[in-house]
Amino acid sequence: MVVWLRSCLAVAATCLLTSCSGRQSAFNAQAAQSEEIKRILLIFIAVSTVVWAAVMLALLLGLIQRKRPRDQPLDPHDVFERRAGSAILVAGIATTITVLALSVVSYGAQRTVFANDPAAVTVKVIGHQWWWEVQYQADSPHLSFTTANEIRVPVGQPVTAELESADVIHSFWVPSLTGKMDLVTGQQNTVQFTAKSPGVYRGQCAEFCGAQHAHMAFTVTALPPDEYRRWRDHQNQSAPSPSDPLSIRGEQLFRGRGCGLCHTIRGTLAGGQLGPDLTHIASRETIAAGTLPRNSGNLAAWIADPQHIKPGNLMPKMSLRSDELIAILHYLEQLQ
Amino acid sequence: MSDLARDAARHLRDNQLEQSELAALLLRIWHTPSGWLGSLTSVDHKVIGKRYILTAFAFLILGGLLAVLMRLQLAGAERKLLSPDLYNQVFTMHGSTMMFLFAVPVMEAFAVYFVPLMVGTRNIAFPRLNAFSYWIFLFGGCFLWIAFLFNVGPDVGWFAYVPLSSLQYNPGKRADVWAQMITFTEVAALAVAVEIVVTVFKQRAVGMTLDRIPVFVWAMLVTSFLVLLAMPSIMVASTTLILDRLVNTHFYDTASGGNVLLWQHLFWFFGHPEVYIIFIPGTGMVSMIIATFAGRPVVGYTIIVLSLIATGFLSFGLWVHHMFVTGLPQLGASMFTASSMLIAVPSGLQIFCWLATLWDGRPVYRTPLLFVLGFFAIFVLGGLSGVMVASVPIDMQVHDTYFVVAHFHYVLIGGAVFPLVGAVYYWFPKITGRMLNETLGRWNFWLAFIGFNVAFFPMHILGLMGMPRRVYTYTPELGWDHLNFLSSAGALVFAASFALLIANVVLSLNRGERAGDNPWDASTLEWATSSPPPPYNFSRIPLVTHRDPLWAEGVNLPVVAGLSVERREVLLSSIADAEPHTREASPEPSIWPLLTAIATTTFFVGSIFTPWAAVWGTPPIAIALIGWFWPTGSKEDEE
Repeated sequence: MVVWLRSCLAVAATCLLTSCSGRQSAFNAQAAQSEEIKRILLIFIAVSTVVWAAVMLALLLGLIQRKRPRDQPLDPHDVFERRAGSAILVAGIATTITVLALSVVSYGAQRTVFANDPAAVTVKVIGHQWWWEVQYQADSPHLSFTTANEIRVPVGQPVTAELESADVIHSFWVPSLTGKMDLVTGQQNTVQFTAKSPGVYRGQCAEFCGAQHAHMAFTVTALPPDEYRRWRDHQNQSAPSPSDPLSIRGEQLFRGRGCGLCHTIRGTLAGGQLGPDLTHIASRETIAAGTLPRNSGNLAAWIADPQHIKPGNLMPKMSLRSDELIAILHYLEQLQ
Repeated sequence: MSDLARDAARHLRDNQLEQSELAALLLRIWHTPSGWLGSLTSVDHKVIGKRYILTAFAFLILGGLLAVLMRLQLAGAERKLLSPDLYNQVFTMHGSTMMFLFAVPVMEAFAVYFVPLMVGTRNIAFPRLNAFSYWIFLFGGCFLWIAFLFNVGPDVGWFAYVPLSSLQYNPGKRADVWAQMITFTEVAALAVAVEIVVTVFKQRAVGMTLDRIPVFVWAMLVTSFLVLLAMPSIMVASTTLILDRLVNTHFYDTASGGNVLLWQHLFWFFGHPEVYIIFIPGTGMVSMIIATFAGRPVVGYTIIVLSLIATGFLSFGLWVHHMFVTGLPQLGASMFTASSMLIAVPSGLQIFCWLATLWDGRPVYRTPLLFVLGFFAIFVLGGLSGVMVASVPIDMQVHDTYFVVAHFHYVLIGGAVFPLVGAVYYWFPKITGRMLNETLGRWNFWLAFIGFNVAFFPMHILGLMGMPRRVYTYTPELGWDHLNFLSSAGALVFAASFALLIANVVLSLNRGERAGDNPWDASTLEWATSSPPPPYNFSRIPLVTHRDPLWAEGVNLPVVAGLSVERREVLLSSIADAEPHTREASPEPSIWPLLTAIATTTFFVGSIFTPWAAVWGTPPIAIALIGWFWPTGSKEDEE
């Protein structure tokens, strides 16, 4: 019994440890907001454990105590009824006090999580089936730019995400930074987080949004402020013009084969709005909304047959000859 | 025959007859016509109740098999057993089947069978409506599943959020099938709710005052009111969805001024009480089983009944906790935190009453009690995780994750399915006259208890580790595969426990130990008649003098006399004190409920394809209803 219990505890401890170090875990709290939620989550778990154990103990004691046999189910037991009545009353009052106290604790944390400080960075996140459009908002238009699926933010500064949807309802959720908030069609919600340490935090759509809901991930990367500024200034630039013949051909094919009808590459004639902005695709870590690491092989496989990798997604299969595919691939890989 | 003799015959009453003669006469007027066609005309609440229970369990098996499929798909990272399209249909079908075709109907089915017996009457109120309700439920369920087999199964989740379920994002008929299945099941559920309310209010045996009503009957009464008040909301929702999809209305079209959150409000205003529609009958079953196997009445009858009623009221004030992350005003949201947590109080009070009963009782550890003890462990845990998700900040992390999946399976399976399986073991002898096998019962319990916890407890952790619900796959580097594998293994064990239940039922049906009238020495009226009960339930209507009549009076209950043995009659009594009021005719068997159900089904199914079905679909229903209500010149009308 003891051995069994010990092995159970060991398994539980391992689980907790892995969940603490997880890339997408509520226990791996790395922002003021998620730390506050983690704090009250632990309070609630502790209270719940105590209450559950107490109820089970009461049940067990009630079952194992020795009892005198009784002849008649309806034998009067006034003394017991009176005592039981008081005990039930006390337990009921204790329950009420507990849940009211927990409500107050919850409300306190809610105020912290929704404190809404003046934001240092504001990003508009627009949900699409099944990827994330990210628009960096700035006072001057020349500092505003659009990217996709990867958000970078400065460490230690409040970041506000303005959440909108282009189609159905999605939900923006990076457990390490803060709780989720829905992207509701026809309205704008906001959520704020202040990352405490640099790192890459994974997020994922949390509201079922159709065929490829499972493949709608993104990352939030927290960078030291100066590094963040360098990244921002780079992203803000238009794409470099293709220089070598192969990438020039790739650029022509990108427009000629219709890629530009859906995708934008700033600084070129490709200005489609339906798919992710690809101006700096070669600076991203993943493709297809966190589905695959971005490398030549995966990118080629994706362009050759997106429906094989992410069935049902809105990018059609283009019939490209292999030399055309190589040219487009080469061009895209120039887009640092 | 002289006038005098005819007059005497017309007024022949049960008090003028010997027992055997009485039973023969009652059997003649109350039996269901034999034969294939005759069985379709039955209005006997026990015949319909059995059909309802069996059909609901058939849907449980189907929904359970879908769950097994999902668990096989998720047992490891990037498994390819189901395509994304099929997976999305499978989880939608699982949720819709379990909620609408199993959980609600099975509870109503037990009420259809047992409430008339427990209140001591000969049939349910509105027996033909009852037959109609069953056919509509059956046809609606078959409609959904046939659509699924033709790859037109809904794939928008069991709450079908707009705009995902709108025509723009869900072309084809899949979302229509879902919405119309809702219409079927709501019609069926509303009909039963009305019958239960009237049966409990007007047909209780003489002397069964409000404070002598068995707790299960109270639970079903509260549940029926919840059905009556909550279901119209979802009918509005599903109808407006169909209108949006079929005739281009704009209820949920934001571009034309519609609002997508309106859907969520309407859905959850129904959807939250729905949880209690499923759970409250479960608590009623727990109260009955605990009293019988502790060998004493439940402690705190009044507290339990008031808790049931309080739960019913409070359940309408919680729906917003399903919408905490939709961007609602914060102060309003926190009010719903408090109300959601407060519902723990009436649930807690019931649990304390049951604990006290077990403290003072002499527990007999038979299978029904084992399932109730399992219920304690599981349901209390589910209730506590419910307190967690009631908190806005915590909900922001766990909403729409596997934590919530774990939570509601703990509440629904712990709070409803464990008591339900206990109730199957408890009442099977009454329904069939045979006991279920006790050894298999114990295996059944332990497999279910262990399998359930191994399947669902890890999901709490998975949710906190960031696994959203409704994903058809996940990548290995997220570190979710071990716990998912464990969960899938538990799910197979849990599924095996149901296979054992089915085996036990099949084996015991003919070979089980004979039960006798009251095998558990229980106290309520359903045990006062034979097992299985005769078509007329009681040859003489009992007179109730105590909350636990069989414990207070023994087997020879006092009876009231004076009902006709010439025609189907039930005794109506007053609402509060159950004083006898009148004798009321109870309808004869009829084929018209079935024909009306067929006409209604044609209308419902047709109208997802063309709005004109609302035109040509109506006359057949009208004709069937005219046949149903055609005056038969009953004696009551003549007198």
